[in-house]
Amino acid sequence: MLKLEGIETYYGASQVLFGVCLEVGAGEVITLMGRNGMGKTTTVRSITGLTPAATGSIRFRNREVRSLPSHRIAKQGLGLVPEGRQVFPNLSVRENLLATAANRDGRSNPWTLQRVFELFPRLQERTSSMGNQLSGGEQQMLAIGRALMTNPALLILDEATEGLAPLIRHEIWECLARLKAEGQAILVIDKSVAALTRLADRHYIIERGRNVWSGNSAELLADKAVQERYLGV
Amino acid sequence: MRLDLRTITVIVVLAGLALMPLLAWAVDEPYWLRFWSRVMILALAAVGVNLILGFGGMVSFGHAMYIAIGAYAVGALRFHGVEGGLPDLLLAVGAGALVALIIGAICLRTAGIYFIMITLAFAQMTYFFFISQEQYGGDDGMRIEGGTRLGPLDLSNDATLYYATFLLLCGALLVSWRLVNSRFGMVIRGARSNEQRMTALGFPTYRYRLTAYVISAVICAIAGALLANLTLYVSPAYTHWTRSGELLIMVILGGLGSLFGPVLGAIALLLLEDVIAHFTRHWQLFLGPILILVVIFAREGLFGLLTPRRQRSHTAGGSHG
Repeated sequence: MLKLEGIETYYGASQVLFGVCLEVGAGEVITLMGRNGMGKTTTVRSITGLTPAATGSIRFRNREVRSLPSHRIAKQGLGLVPEGRQVFPNLSVRENLLATAANRDGRSNPWTLQRVFELFPRLQERTSSMGNQLSGGEQQMLAIGRALMTNPALLILDEATEGLAPLIRHEIWECLARLKAEGQAILVIDKSVAALTRLADRHYIIERGRNVWSGNSAELLADKAVQERYLGV
Repeated sequence: MRLDLRTITVIVVLAGLALMPLLAWAVDEPYWLRFWSRVMILALAAVGVNLILGFGGMVSFGHAMYIAIGAYAVGALRFHGVEGGLPDLLLAVGAGALVALIIGAICLRTAGIYFIMITLAFAQMTYFFFISQEQYGGDDGMRIEGGTRLGPLDLSNDATLYYATFLLLCGALLVSWRLVNSRFGMVIRGARSNEQRMTALGFPTYRYRLTAYVISAVICAIAGALLANLTLYVSPAYTHWTRSGELLIMVILGGLGSLFGPVLGAIALLLLEDVIAHFTRHWQLFLGPILILVVIFAREGLFGLLTPRRQRSHTAGGSHG
């Protein structure tokens, strides 16, 4: 589905990623972990074309997308739930969901307003509220719903539970588990090892723009040293 | 549409405009007809500007350029002896759209303050371009011999022009309303608050913006053709930067991002101008402070004042009744 090989990305003159590799298969839930400032979000920005990688290869659904403009990559079926949520504050909940909705692969059971509202009943109660009138948790749900409405082949969540109340976090993890059960491929960037090891198939840890560890959930849980060294838990 | 204060205002204002000519004849004040035609023509242009300013967040400081293009289209055709209506409209709309496509394609590469400056620069270039057109009177402009005739409709007749303008204004409001609430409008509004997000969701915002820019320019070009019919005169002053500024003032005064705001803004500005000018030649001296008060105390303009207080922040740029 998605395969990164030797990605190097720069912000101006300063290099942030030094050959990051990562692979997400169909129906897999993969995590990308690491402390703050290690290049997780930059990796996401490279994948989505917002900060294009200078070298390396990014293959998405068997197509090289490294040098494509952002909107073209998104159209290949990449749904991003960005860090900080970033819902459109001047659009209503309904408009946020509909503005960018698409079913480019012609799925037989596409995401609709109705299905998003089933997943997040809270959003239904707030259909005509503006994006900036929602609580943080509601905004996060809206951001996820917005990405789902594009019927993405791969869903990427960047720090989806950051700064949310435990109850809401729990709700978001539940939702991701449901999506996984439906076969949705997901790449999650987050810090809560406990929740992620339950949900995800494999994990990548990066440190200062380089891959330092990868493996499955059992391996990660077993290896306290790795957790302490790279995740600071 | 609920029957709230804003809806009532829209109905009352439009009904008032529809009945104005009857009143003007009843009290024998033919001047009113021409005055209100001018108000509606500028309101039409302001509706066009609002499309990109209020909903797309693009501050164009050069939209008077398209009014001038529309007006010169009528003037030039008459100068070269072409009579009739269809050529007027085709040339005004065609030239406006073509120029907007080219200039928009360049300007929209920039954003924010640079967009303001580059649109201003293009408007100034147009200003000097028309000044250099000796055959069209250069700096002095030229008289236009005869208005636009569309079949039995002769726009040089005051009442015909008035109602043609009225209908076009209603049409532009309807088109804007449909546009703003369509998927296209959502993308434009979304891109205003977060362009990168819109791009990352798969929308090439540049193309959407350019389309909105061209539509807004065409509305202004139509207003220009109407203005040429009203004044039967056209000059480079039509594209002066102060005219572009007036359009922005109308939109801001009426209420950014509300569909009907620009109409209220145009009415308020021209009425103020007319009333204050009765007392003093320096009407702008009084208009300035009024504008400052509106910007400070009524951030959502005159139309925003009609929104119940508790809803206000909810509807900013949201509800487009």
